[in-house]
Amino acid sequence: MIIASNVTKQFGRLKALNNVSVTCNKGECIALIGPNGSGKTTFIKCILGMVVPDSGFITFNGKNIIHDWKYRRHIGYMPQIGRYPDNMTIGQVFKMMKDIRSESTENKFDESLIRYFGLDQMLQKRMRTLSGGTRQKVSASLAFLFDPDVLILDEPTAGLDPVASETLKEKIKSEKEKGKLILITSHILSELDELITQVIYMQEGNIQFHKKLSELQKDTGEQKLSKVIASVMSKK
Amino acid sequence: MKKITKYVLVDILRNKIVIGYTIFLFLISLSVFNLEDSSSKGLLSLLNIILIIVPLVSVIFSTIYIYNSAEFIELLVSQPLKRKQLWASLFTGLAGSLTFSFFIGIGIPVLLYAASATGYIMIIMGLLLTVIFVAIALLAAVIARDKAKGIGFAIFLWLYFSLLFDGLILFILFQFQEYPLEKFMVVAAALNPIDLSRIMVLLKMDTSALMGYTGAVFRDFFGSNTGFIIAVAILFSWVVTVFWLSLRRFQKKDL
Repeated sequence: MIIASNVTKQFGRLKALNNVSVTCNKGECIALIGPNGSGKTTFIKCILGMVVPDSGFITFNGKNIIHDWKYRRHIGYMPQIGRYPDNMTIGQVFKMMKDIRSESTENKFDESLIRYFGLDQMLQKRMRTLSGGTRQKVSASLAFLFDPDVLILDEPTAGLDPVASETLKEKIKSEKEKGKLILITSHILSELDELITQVIYMQEGNIQFHKKLSELQKDTGEQKLSKVIASVMSKK
Repeated sequence: MKKITKYVLVDILRNKIVIGYTIFLFLISLSVFNLEDSSSKGLLSLLNIILIIVPLVSVIFSTIYIYNSAEFIELLVSQPLKRKQLWASLFTGLAGSLTFSFFIGIGIPVLLYAASATGYIMIIMGLLLTVIFVAIALLAAVIARDKAKGIGFAIFLWLYFSLLFDGLILFILFQFQEYPLEKFMVVAAALNPIDLSRIMVLLKMDTSALMGYTGAVFRDFFGSNTGFIIAVAILFSWVVTVFWLSLRRFQKKDL
């Protein structure tokens, strides 16, 4: 579904992405793991077209994303730090996004997360008054709102309270069962255990490996993802 | 594209600065026309406001607005929208609301007190200058990532067009006074939208006799109807070129 070929991106002297090639298919749930500054977010932003790669290309359903902007209607994106216009209320943000994307999904909205998070109780609150966690809830609800085929979640549970984080995980699981492609980055490995099927490990802009979780478990003899990663890293 | 333009327009028209700017322009034009005994004197005083204040407010307000909507832009870029459309909507929203307040603040009083050919030309020039300086602001905002740098750059561009450029032209004129520079002056005027608008209005005011031989050349070139169309075309090409430059950069910008 998403194929990246030799994507390279440089910020000044820093090589954020170095010849990254990845293939992601429908029904997969991929964890993007790596230390801080390893290029995970840059890679996600490349897929979304927010960052333009210096060389290499990315295709979505066989179409190069440089020439085709419509592919983004199939993606729900939850940013690491959601930034919204300060003087809009939560309700206005939802309404505006629905308005902008309404042609792409025949007015079929998945508002379950808004209800689960209790956001429908505070639609009048302005974005600047929200706490970091509530902002994350808004971001998450927006990502799932349009029932997209691909979900890209950048540190989805950072800043969420345990209840909300559990709700979100349940939601991710149910979407995964519908056969969607899900890309997650997270530092909390224990949380990913029950969700993911594949692991991409990045370091300093390079992809170290891209393997199925079951394969990794067999290779290392460990069950928990955190143990698997630790054992892979210590072997290197 | 219409939807985003609508959001931008509604947002700006509710902005207190734009409302204040409209009222400020309206009060100035009213007082100028009521203080001076003839309307053409009033127009002359208004001309300086149009040439200095209007570009300054347009350029600074637009630059700050673009920086303040960084979140909004970031949010929309990850949505199924063309970047070109997003940028064009921002431009349309800014230019639309600022020309609207110019028209209310200066256009209507001029139409009431001095509805002459000079008045019409002044309104047209003011509207075009507003749009040109919005485009310049977009260019400054897309080039500099840092807010302070971007606003500084925008103010510098305004300073260049309203003061430094004239200084440079004077310097060149004095250095090369033995040479015939009249044709060069016509070209030089096209390189500065503020100068070009000033010339267009002054030519209609019959004060061009004061500008000497160069004034006669200007009158010859810009004074006719064709000259007017050429001048408006040049100002339009300013809008298109500057906006196109900013758009090209925005399409490659990393957010």
